[in-house]
Amino acid sequence: MTTDVHQLDDGAWISVNDSREVNVSDLWLLARSDFCGCETTDFLAEGFVKVGVDYPDIQARIAGQCIACGESGVTDWLTVGRVVDPDSGEFYGVVHESVHFPEKRTRLARPEE
Amino acid sequence: MPSKVEKWKDEVYGNEIREHLMEFAEQGWDAIPEDEHDAWFERFKWWGLYHQRSGQESYFMMRIGTPNGVIKPGQLEVIGEIAKEYATGPVDNPEFGEAYCDWTTRQSIQLHWIKLEDIPEIFEKLEAVGLGTQQACGDSWRNIVGCPVAGKDKHEHVDAWPVAEDLHETFKGNDDYSNLPRKWKVAIAGCDEGCGQGDINDLAFEPAEKDGELGFNVRIGGGLSRKEPRLARDIDVWVPPEQAADVAHGMSSLFRDYGDREDRFNARIKFLMDEWGPEKMRSVLQEEYVDFELPTAGEDMRDQYSYNTGSQDGHNDHVGIHEQKDGNYYVGLNVLVGRMGADDVLELAELADEYGSGEVRLTQRQNIIVTDVPEENLDEFTSEPLLENYSPDPSPFMRGSIACTGTEYCSLSIVETKNRQVRYARWLKDNVELPEDHKDFHIHLSGCTASCAQPQIADVSLRGMKTRKDGEPVEALDIGLGGGLGDDPRFADWVEMRVPADEVPGAIKNLVNNFEDAREDGETFRDFVEDRDEETLAEMVEPEETDYHDPYMHNTKMTWYPYAEDDDMQSSPAPTDGSGEPLPSDD
Repeated sequence: MTTDVHQLDDGAWISVNDSREVNVSDLWLLARSDFCGCETTDFLAEGFVKVGVDYPDIQARIAGQCIACGESGVTDWLTVGRVVDPDSGEFYGVVHESVHFPEKRTRLARPEE
Repeated sequence: MPSKVEKWKDEVYGNEIREHLMEFAEQGWDAIPEDEHDAWFERFKWWGLYHQRSGQESYFMMRIGTPNGVIKPGQLEVIGEIAKEYATGPVDNPEFGEAYCDWTTRQSIQLHWIKLEDIPEIFEKLEAVGLGTQQACGDSWRNIVGCPVAGKDKHEHVDAWPVAEDLHETFKGNDDYSNLPRKWKVAIAGCDEGCGQGDINDLAFEPAEKDGELGFNVRIGGGLSRKEPRLARDIDVWVPPEQAADVAHGMSSLFRDYGDREDRFNARIKFLMDEWGPEKMRSVLQEEYVDFELPTAGEDMRDQYSYNTGSQDGHNDHVGIHEQKDGNYYVGLNVLVGRMGADDVLELAELADEYGSGEVRLTQRQNIIVTDVPEENLDEFTSEPLLENYSPDPSPFMRGSIACTGTEYCSLSIVETKNRQVRYARWLKDNVELPEDHKDFHIHLSGCTASCAQPQIADVSLRGMKTRKDGEPVEALDIGLGGGLGDDPRFADWVEMRVPADEVPGAIKNLVNNFEDAREDGETFRDFVEDRDEETLAEMVEPEETDYHDPYMHNTKMTWYPYAEDDDMQSSPAPTDGSGEPLPSDD
């Protein structure tokens, strides 16, 4: 089955196969990111702006700010979890408190339908 | 490419949702196919039902739209009864008990913990007294706001209540406007105090005189959400009351046809106004959507506006006892953060019947007004014990407090809000002295940038954030100052960011003291802020721990319910069946 991903309620959360999986208000640690000047960005997720699938990764660009320096903006693509087996559709979220590496996409994620 | 929400709306939207909703309610929560949850929950909003946040699955917030905040005789009792019978969750709220009503900043009513299975009964009870939830949420004409004492107010020049009622009747359930690109918020007021707050609405009708005739000037494109606040802009149009609906038809058709359906973040008409400007907006309205020549704007009354202006002169709210034009009085009661226990609602319904006409009205400052009280009843009414908690003469910190729903129920919020603001207001009342001439001091707490508590138009604006304290993540607030409406509306300057929530009362205390020390004689807080740069103001806000205790410093969003003894997400009883019993999990 196709993995169905979208953001809802003004970007409050990410739905994966009609299940609420990732919420705003969590803190994410971002490394090797040009989001701000901090060595590690202590990033508060305030809204999911774009979502996509880059199998098996579920990815998002998130609006928010670094709570250390105050820089705000939208991240590059971040992996927020994985659906390893599209048939089962089961979502495995990443641990947001771990260190994450946002990446610039060279190809587009599957566009929202 | 149209957004996914647009695709769902193309399939089923508007009035027809009700039939499906009733079928699901009949069969129970499990009847909603799991792979259609998102689509149906998006659609249910149109009927005033908002699926509560993560950890509270199967429970809904229900919004009842009361145009202009008017609750007619007999309706408040039904609202209280419904809250008591159906709006109870698995755990009580420590400040407000097991059942309560929220009066909102758009003069509506919100109930929480509503179960799908109870909706048909609730609809029946509401509709039996002329109330409803239709279009209370969703991409449609929302509840129309306005001066809550329209038709009664001595400051009124045009009675906007019949116009508001006509717009409500015309646009509720109207298939031509049932599927707009996004929400459509309308304000209409006929008084010279500005209490319609038209400046922050998509479409505003404001009182104005043209060639000796009273009618409305039209403004378009206001709104506060998403760090993109806009004031509605004057499109140089005046309408007489009998043509207000024609212009409303035209403007909402224009929005329906030209609004952005590909990007919901860009869909509100404020963004179309950014793109077009008021002149093009007017010319497209004239050329494509109305069949009469639009008169140019009349002479407005904005220089007399006092509502939520920080002017300390005239009505900044509707709290207090005020004479109506018929010689009776309205008594504006302060409802701290807009939340009122169901038993109190029922008692107030009785009191409104006994001392007034039975009618009450909701304000955009989350308060409630008992109207039509004869002078001879005032003393006895205001001596009622209930009014000790809902005072017509409260502390400025109590009457000035507004808070949104917050993480208790809302998916978007970053922090806990209502209970926190209750604790803030009580602490400030006990510990902070405002200058003698400041009877109004507005503090608005919004849990996120959606700005449901209208933080940008308060003396002190608080917006949900996070920070670290001793290395640990804690709930925090950004602090803004000096916002307000009026002839010269102004959004707050955000001067101090990411203040740990337990240091905010100390910050406000220091700010007020610094203001008192540095102000010139008679200078209002709002003028004081306007005359100073952000750096100077930031120095006056000195966050500080005090004896204020904040029990919600942890990440309340990670809980299933912040006030549960065992608040761990895994301990949630949701989803539940129609009797509130947990349903078996798939795991």
